[in-house]
Amino acid sequence: MAWELDSDRPIYLQLVERIQMQIIAGYYPPGGKLPSVREMALNVAVNPNTMQKAYVELERVGLIVTNRTNGRTVTEDEELLTGIRKKMASEETEYFIRKLKELGFSNEDIENLIHEVIEGEGKDE
Amino acid sequence: MSELIELTNLCKSYDSRFLAVNNVNLKLPKGKIIGLLGPNGSGKTTLIKMLTGVLQPTSGEILIDGKPVGVESKAKVAYLPDRTYLSGGETIRQIIDFFKDFYADFSVERAEAMLQTLNIDLDKKVRTLSKGTKEKVQLILVMSRQADLYVLDEPIAGVDPAARDYILRTILDNYNPEATVLISTHLISDIEQVLDEVIFMRYGQLVLYTAVDNIREKYGKSVDAYFREVFSC
Repeated sequence: MAWELDSDRPIYLQLVERIQMQIIAGYYPPGGKLPSVREMALNVAVNPNTMQKAYVELERVGLIVTNRTNGRTVTEDEELLTGIRKKMASEETEYFIRKLKELGFSNEDIENLIHEVIEGEGKDE
Repeated sequence: MSELIELTNLCKSYDSRFLAVNNVNLKLPKGKIIGLLGPNGSGKTTLIKMLTGVLQPTSGEILIDGKPVGVESKAKVAYLPDRTYLSGGETIRQIIDFFKDFYADFSVERAEAMLQTLNIDLDKKVRTLSKGTKEKVQLILVMSRQADLYVLDEPIAGVDPAARDYILRTILDNYNPEATVLISTHLISDIEQVLDEVIFMRYGQLVLYTAVDNIREKYGKSVDAYFREVFSC
């Protein structure tokens, strides 16, 4: 299935983010095999050279490991995965807080709101 | 990076007052999918016709894989012209036979497999096909060659969006890291995702030759949006 990509940012960066998300979310588990550049490019309907560039970037940060015999696999370095997961979560949280501050919420309001929403979720189930 | 196409001071004039292609210098590498973009009358088709040996340059030089355009280069260049050249009375099967005889690098299996995916009947005469189906057949014939250079002049203009996706997939699927695909089109946003690089032309001149992601990085815009800005009327 073709991925919906933003039209105003470099394509390879968006591929990096998507694949990183899939790895963190466990769609590609630690030590699991990744599709070849070509397969992946065809799957999401992008140019293989662009996908290659994304893979190289993911290799550079250590999320992907290339084995000469076994193709590319997801890293088994749990520490690295946890670190990236935490970093992504922080970024999302910072974004969320910034948005709420734009709406005029104070830190205290935000804390209260988070508690309210979390408790509300519990009740629904 | 080895060059596949080298254009030096390339000019073409159809009459003495006007240059359709005006002093173009360009080197294109192997293994890239390149968009040739420009408004109507900017010289895209003229450039393509010179690359494929249909037109002779007025001046300047074209080298393909180090050799001038001729019998040798044509054996390695697969060309989809901007209008149909298939004669109406033949069936698709007969045309496939013709292509097989004509081009050493033509794969009958590949052509038949693609035609089958698109549910196109091989025993139909070309005359009985719709405009869009004719375009699909022609593109399949071109992409079934194992060429070094594919030159596609407006390959997706006349087909529906679903078939457009299939065609782009076909281009990606048959993509070989040694071959370059040069695609001229107005439908930039449809093909942007599969392009490595773009060439912008205007008034027969080369305006820009760069990587797609460079445009996005530098201007924070899609190639389509940037094109509209550069060529705004």
